[in-house]
Amino acid sequence: MPSFAVLGMLAISCLVAACGGSSGSNTLTIYSGRSESLVAPIIQQFGESSGANVLVKYADTPQLAATLLEEGERTPADVFFAQDPGGLGAVEHMLSQLPEDLLSLAPEWAKSPSGRWIGLSGRARTVVYNTENLTEADLPDDIFDFVDSKWRGRIGWAPTNASFQTMVSAMRGIWGDDKTRQWIEGIKDNEPKAYPKNTPIVAAAASGEIDVGFVNHYYLHRFLAEEGEGFQARNYHPRAGGPGSIIMVAGAGVLSSSDNEVLAQRFLKFLLSPPAQSYFARETFEYPLISGIPAQGGQVPISEFAHPDVPVAVLADLETTQALLRSTGILP
Amino acid sequence: MARLFARPPWPPAIVWVPALAVAAAVLLPPVYLFVRAASDGSSAADALFRLRILEILGRTLVLVIAVSVGSVILAVPLAWLTVRTDLPFRKFWAVLTALPLVIPSYVGGFIVVLVLGPRGMLQGLLENLFGVDRLPDINGFAGAMLTLTLLSYPYVLLTVRAGLLRLDPALEESSRGLGHNAWSTFFRVILRQLRPAIAGGALLAALYTLSDFGAVSLLRYETFTSAIFVQYGSALDRTLGAAMSLVLVALALSLVAGEAFTRGGARYYTTGTGVSRPISEVKLGRWLWPSLAFCGIVVSAALLLPMSILGYWVYRGVAAGEPLLFQWNTVRNSLTVSGLAAGATVAVALPVAVMSVRYLGLFSTVLERVTYIGFALPGISIALGLVFFGVNYAPPIYQTTGMLIFAYVVLFLSPAVGAARTSLLQVSPRMEEAARGLGSTPLRVFTSVTLPLVLPGILSGAALVFLLTMKELPATLILSPIGFTTLATSIWAAASEAFFARAAAPALLLILASSVPLGFLMLRERR
Repeated sequence: MPSFAVLGMLAISCLVAACGGSSGSNTLTIYSGRSESLVAPIIQQFGESSGANVLVKYADTPQLAATLLEEGERTPADVFFAQDPGGLGAVEHMLSQLPEDLLSLAPEWAKSPSGRWIGLSGRARTVVYNTENLTEADLPDDIFDFVDSKWRGRIGWAPTNASFQTMVSAMRGIWGDDKTRQWIEGIKDNEPKAYPKNTPIVAAAASGEIDVGFVNHYYLHRFLAEEGEGFQARNYHPRAGGPGSIIMVAGAGVLSSSDNEVLAQRFLKFLLSPPAQSYFARETFEYPLISGIPAQGGQVPISEFAHPDVPVAVLADLETTQALLRSTGILP
Repeated sequence: MARLFARPPWPPAIVWVPALAVAAAVLLPPVYLFVRAASDGSSAADALFRLRILEILGRTLVLVIAVSVGSVILAVPLAWLTVRTDLPFRKFWAVLTALPLVIPSYVGGFIVVLVLGPRGMLQGLLENLFGVDRLPDINGFAGAMLTLTLLSYPYVLLTVRAGLLRLDPALEESSRGLGHNAWSTFFRVILRQLRPAIAGGALLAALYTLSDFGAVSLLRYETFTSAIFVQYGSALDRTLGAAMSLVLVALALSLVAGEAFTRGGARYYTTGTGVSRPISEVKLGRWLWPSLAFCGIVVSAALLLPMSILGYWVYRGVAAGEPLLFQWNTVRNSLTVSGLAAGATVAVALPVAVMSVRYLGLFSTVLERVTYIGFALPGISIALGLVFFGVNYAPPIYQTTGMLIFAYVVLFLSPAVGAARTSLLQVSPRMEEAARGLGSTPLRVFTSVTLPLVLPGILSGAALVFLLTMKELPATLILSPIGFTTLATSIWAAASEAFFARAAAPALLLILASSVPLGFLMLRERR
């Protein structure tokens, strides 16, 4: 036993000594709730062009938000790059005010009213449908109409997913709480299949396990890129606009505990520059937030489908939305 | 009689000091959860009542029991076949049947849906042959149970194998001599002797099921852990997440107590004189083909099918021009941390196992039981607990490899303790007493008598920890040094965004890289 124990302890202490944390003034530490496979190339590009040493920790947005809340002032992170406004909202008090020249780069609807975080790319809510069983003409003008009993057993959704909940917040903002509750209960009566997130919904729509699903727009494009045009699912932006086709953002903020705020702000500015914005359009199939960058890869440009304007403050009010989802028995 | 062989009242410091340190370490996460839940106690309590908590608990327990029973049914015959019979290529089967353990549950769950879903690959095949339009929905209980059983029977397999390797053949021979046939001997003697190993393995399968998120979420069966993930996920509610994790701790501890109850106070070592001889082989005879078929079916369903699908994705990705960059750095990281975690975990597991077998008492009982907490909690609860302590009380090691290894030890201590204690139970204290009587120091007795005898158990514990670390995700993501990638994090990074070809390559590498050390362990096994 002693040899085992001594070896183990020795190994641990060596590693501790070798890998002690370091943070030079030219080192930028990013907590990224956006996936490595999507954003690593553009982050690397920033490192190369700025000469900064960029370190990134990748995990899910809510789990990084929880980590930041536990770490508080002692967090090694300079930047929190999040999948959705909900994650940024949860740590908003830990973020610093961004300068006006940075904030002015993004449109009003794509940044925090307090000026502590800014949107970097846009994503639309859509309805994904199976192309073998349905055409666009079969789909209702407004997402509300999926409460019709003809959709019984044919719908997929992801009620625990942050983007879904943001859409419900938009419903509350546009329709009011009563109509939103009617929608939730109407869909619930149609016995929808609940998935943990968007990807399996798109796969299930293509296989015909479900006919329609409520998802974000870009997952379809990734399936199309991998499976080819024969993939039997497509996106539908509800004709009448409404909460079923809102635009949401992924964004980032700078931690107020950071001793490297200038470099951190330069990073955000870089992500809103034309090369980075066209990277998002081309590689992650998201919508650019600055003008003059064309949409790519078969997506419908933002300007070509109806979508409502919902204030960020409404979209970020997850708490009331979750209370509603719980009171209807959708969330545990 | 009992007084003659009375145990020393308190173990030597070399046992109890490390054991106490281990207890302190494994209690860090529950202490954190308590602090967090108590920070807003009344609202956490309200929320707990609001939840359909009994219903979710019921659903969770049903799944846990079903998976444990299913795992025992698959694993005990497999263990017996690969240890005690003349089955051809035994070691080969032993490695293949253990490997499904390393498949991450979110990969396994995805593949089950893909193959057995209402409009999955099987349905496609049946549609071409018989015009079947839609299969009954696999989602829910059936799918979750199938997936988790195929992923967690290796826990039972590895512990039962270790038990079988240490079983004294004299018992079987006496049974045969008394006129019992092979079947009757198996059920009356072998199975009874294996009771602690089976119960220990089943407990691990049960706790794994309790803590799993990947499979239950993809197969849409709501359990306690998936409800906890909702709190830590989109709900961003750390208080309720912590309160629910504490309920899970209570549930886990009652399962552990249940296992201890079945274990009872029985003895599992030989009391007579003489030493056990090498184990004799059972000739399968006309059972050879059915046995081979059984092994073949389990390996095909749990390992070959997932590997073929992963292989197909890689092939399709390469054919479509997807760049497959093999990151050797990532493979090396996975192997290094898994190896270190296995070594460190079995090292600290030994004093705990020694305490709980040789120095039975209140402290050692409590100690052994709390080691299971880490394995039953979802990785995210453990990780946040260690963030809390790391950042506040141990900043120099926060987000270092050392901290990560520490987290793995806390998470995976119980499989290592379980394996070591099962082997230790089969070593007669009389042998140690004899060695001590001949003038050896306790430490020397341990290293020269006990340790060689429990080595199979220690090695199987090391194998378990190694495989578990290879696929660990939530704690690795949060606690690893910044920029550190493992095979598991690479699979997750690609799979979470539906890049299947990119996810499949590291998943295949994960299985292949794990098979090397596992094969080495199995080949070294004494027979």
